[in-house]
Amino acid sequence: MIRLRQIIQHSAVRFWTILFAVTWLLSQYSWDLYKVLDARWIIKYPAAARLPLESKISSFMQWLVEDASFGLFSFRDLTRFIASLIEGPYDFARDLLIEGFSVGLGNEAVEIAPSLSWIAIIVTLVAMGHYARDWKLAALMGGCFLYLAVFGQWDSAMITLASVLIAVPIGAVGGLMLGIFAYRWVVFEQVIRPVLDLMQTVPVFAYLVPILFLFGFGPVSALVATIIYAMPPMVRVTILALRNVPSEVKDVGVMVGCTKHQLMWKVMVPSAAPMLMVGVNQVIMLSLNMVIIASMIGAGGLGFDVLTALRRLDIGGGIEAGVAIVVMAIALDRLSQAFATRVAADHQLDPDLPLVKRHPWTTTVLVVAIGTFLLARLLPGIQSYPEAATLSTGTFWSDIIRYINVNYFDTFEAVKTAFLSYLLLPVKRFFVGIPWAWGIIVMTMIGWRVGGLGLSVMTGLFTAFIAASGLWDKAMVTVYLCGVSVLIASGIGIPVGILAAQNDRANRVINSLIDTLQTLPSFVYLIPVVMLFRVGDFSAMIAVVLYALAPAVRYAAHGIRNVDPQLIEAGLVSGCTPRQLLWRIKLPMALPELLLGLNQTIMLALSMLVITALVGTRDLGQQVYIALTKADSGLGIVAGLSVAFIAIIADRILSASAKRAKQRLGLTS
Amino acid sequence: MEKPILLDCRNVWKIYGAQASRVHAEHRGNPSAETLRNQGLIGAVRNASVQIRQGEIFVIMGLSGSGKSTLVRCLSRLIEPTGGEILFEGQDLLTMSDKELIEIRRKKMGMVFQHFALLPHLTVLQNAAFPLEIQGMGKAEREARAREVVELVGLKGREDYYPRQLSGGQQQRVGIARSLAVEPDLWFLDEPFSALDPLIRREMQDEFLRLQNLLHKTIVFITHDFDEAIRLADRIAVMKDGEIVQIATPEELILNPATDYVEEFTRHIPRSKVLTLGSVMSPGAVAGEVGGDLQATQRIEDCADQIEASDLPFRVLSEDGTVVGSIGRQVVVDILIGRKVLL
Ligand SMILES: Nc1ncnc2c1ncn2[C@@H]1O[C@H](COP(=O)(O)OP(=O)(O)OP(=O)(O)O)[C@@H](O)[C@H]1O
Ligand SMILES: [Mg+2]
Repeated sequence: MIRLRQIIQHSAVRFWTILFAVTWLLSQYSWDLYKVLDARWIIKYPAAARLPLESKISSFMQWLVEDASFGLFSFRDLTRFIASLIEGPYDFARDLLIEGFSVGLGNEAVEIAPSLSWIAIIVTLVAMGHYARDWKLAALMGGCFLYLAVFGQWDSAMITLASVLIAVPIGAVGGLMLGIFAYRWVVFEQVIRPVLDLMQTVPVFAYLVPILFLFGFGPVSALVATIIYAMPPMVRVTILALRNVPSEVKDVGVMVGCTKHQLMWKVMVPSAAPMLMVGVNQVIMLSLNMVIIASMIGAGGLGFDVLTALRRLDIGGGIEAGVAIVVMAIALDRLSQAFATRVAADHQLDPDLPLVKRHPWTTTVLVVAIGTFLLARLLPGIQSYPEAATLSTGTFWSDIIRYINVNYFDTFEAVKTAFLSYLLLPVKRFFVGIPWAWGIIVMTMIGWRVGGLGLSVMTGLFTAFIAASGLWDKAMVTVYLCGVSVLIASGIGIPVGILAAQNDRANRVINSLIDTLQTLPSFVYLIPVVMLFRVGDFSAMIAVVLYALAPAVRYAAHGIRNVDPQLIEAGLVSGCTPRQLLWRIKLPMALPELLLGLNQTIMLALSMLVITALVGTRDLGQQVYIALTKADSGLGIVAGLSVAFIAIIADRILSASAKRAKQRLGLTS
Repeated sequence: MEKPILLDCRNVWKIYGAQASRVHAEHRGNPSAETLRNQGLIGAVRNASVQIRQGEIFVIMGLSGSGKSTLVRCLSRLIEPTGGEILFEGQDLLTMSDKELIEIRRKKMGMVFQHFALLPHLTVLQNAAFPLEIQGMGKAEREARAREVVELVGLKGREDYYPRQLSGGQQQRVGIARSLAVEPDLWFLDEPFSALDPLIRREMQDEFLRLQNLLHKTIVFITHDFDEAIRLADRIAVMKDGEIVQIATPEELILNPATDYVEEFTRHIPRSKVLTLGSVMSPGAVAGEVGGDLQATQRIEDCADQIEASDLPFRVLSEDGTVVGSIGRQVVVDILIGRKVLL
């Protein structure tokens, strides 16, 4: 039987204890040390030795925008060209969904055709729901979008939808093409893979800064950022899906004499289609997430409503828009998942039927669109949902929050203060106190201990980069907030995951809850937190915990459920109680999986943490946010890279630990 | 009267691992098993030479991992051999351009796969028509042809089903139909029935023989099942660790196994299923009364009851009707119960 004690070897315990003790001492007394030795460099990285990276990047960007030229055309022409490519379709989608088509500019604009009526749009979505799965999904689609109309969120929602509508095809097709290239040419894959890895860890805000600089404030920038953000998973999924096509199926293509082109488009891609659709679903969800964040650089729509509400502390408005985002996220997620798993009708339709009968939904949608267009001449309420009939939940939410704040203010405040003074502040003091030089040494040592020379060089250099960029203090705040949040998220998530693994009914409830949590755009998490706890580290922590909870639960449940049943039987036979079974067998065996879960939790926590800069944290996220407001590319990129480096260090160390744990448990083949 | 050679494969090698072709070249195209092992290479196919003749069923058999699939994939150039020569209708397959190769595959080769490899998004009819679609044939024409082959393999009425709605046996019928749609000259089948359960497998073998009687294709058939091999084969190549150990008719394999391995392989096979009267009779004319006349090419299994039931020996006739020998009850009984005699 495997005991926890055996797993944690003695020398390991000694190493970590001593390392922690030294770090703690240095952190406590770094100030005194500086006074005694009169060596200011101990607590502050010397400004003279700072890497001039920020200004270098800034001037490079400046050069790029102003002077760079490729002979025939300048860089500026290139960005303008890209912008025009995106702008056309986007304007069309926007006109179609909400604005209506018009010619001319400004006051001289003349409307030539109205947008689709709200009824037509809802009917279209209902039709898609029914086509993709069944009446239940159709009803959900109808309900969700009706909600948006009735509760006065229609206009913003349509602007957001237009962005998603443009970003998704570009992101999906672009990702597909890149994935196909990577599948065909190994060299290209080797080039693109580290880029994808990096892009996954660079916080979303950091994308915005250079894009804002290149494309200016407005929906085009937002779309570019969204596309770049949503494309990587599609590339990954494409590579994986193409690799997963059974080699025999590929051989069939070759044997019937396919050309390369036919092989890809008639055999590989269709065979991989179900998995590719999973990628498309991800692109949709990520696009929605990013479109909302990108409201900061001019995407407009629901995200903009939330943002302004947050800035004005308009509780009701914020929650209203937030709920609308949630509704839309759920609708889009369910719809695209249904398309991904849709099975074609089992028998082909009789081609002799008239066109209308063969395509009942297309016909219905067309009839409704044209019908409402005509009727709207008489009844404007058909064109756009009548203002008078909208309901507002704004005051309702405001009242609730006010009620809670009036009656439970003391409780909330007490909880908040307790957390702050017993957990957050001491941990913060610990991390911020660590002298940068020792920090580099510690990370090098940990890297060496866990993964050998290669890893230690990497962790050391990355840590040094952060220190040398003059961002040490901010980075430590990030580490502390992330650490505490991850700790709490794991403390809640792992037991919940264990519960889900051992109890089927709990599993079902927890699963659907986690599913929903995961579909919500990160922005949404900020709203209730700010309403209840206002700004500050505590609010940030709660939002991060909520956002990062899912992987902790998922991986714990998965790990426990995947423990070799023979081991469990062995435990049962030797008379373990359920408790002993859990502690002595299941948990130790699930350790590698738990570590992977921890890894994912940290990744999500970091990406959320940057967004919490909006609620006033003073960490790297704030730096990125400042860079964004000042369009300072240098600062934005350096701070963004620092966050990415923290993420990469955590990822590599935990992966190496998980690998070691697996080897120790004999789980590797 | 030998039939012409359709596919001629000489000294073909397939070696997996780093720098396989360098090692192959350094040892003048003939590295020993030991060299390969020392270099950490896998000799999936080693020095294979086979000639496939027009109209025959050529079976390649061997245990799992012996290199059968690799050899056949080399023959169809699905994988690039490390060395050797492959001539198809006298043309060198290995130096052929992609374009010529595509042309040959489109018109002259067909292949059936172990796991059916149907395209999940196409119906039965569309799957069968797929090779024709790739060739650019018009929809009406190719679907008409696909309908024919689907009917040929006994799936009429299921043209609009999707693969996931079919049983394993039915799926393989679609696989067969698809490979037949282009009327290939050379037909590769890589363990087409081994994913099926024994009853269906038997049924599919009968089906296969029926089709071959209709179509007279040149066939390269892979199996690891000796029973299947002797049921179908004109000639068998036995593979072991990437090498072809022996190429012979089923009967020769049993009568003259080239190595202990082949002998071991064929030991449990009921002799009566393989041996013909010609190979076990006592040669020379018979005097006295006889029970009747039998053909030298008949398998013992098929006439055992008849011989056993009679006290008298039977005359054995060659193809032109002359008496070449005789056979009596004793020999047949010995063979049936597996007693080691005279062989
Ligand atoms: N891509 C590859 N890389 C390395 N080794 C390979 C590769 N493909 C096949 N081999 C090796 O070549 C040998 C022959 O494999 P092959 O698939 O031809 O066997 P097989 O006789 O068809 O077996 P089965 O009856 O299981 O299909 C095996 O030892 C296999 O491990
Ligand atoms: Mg095989």
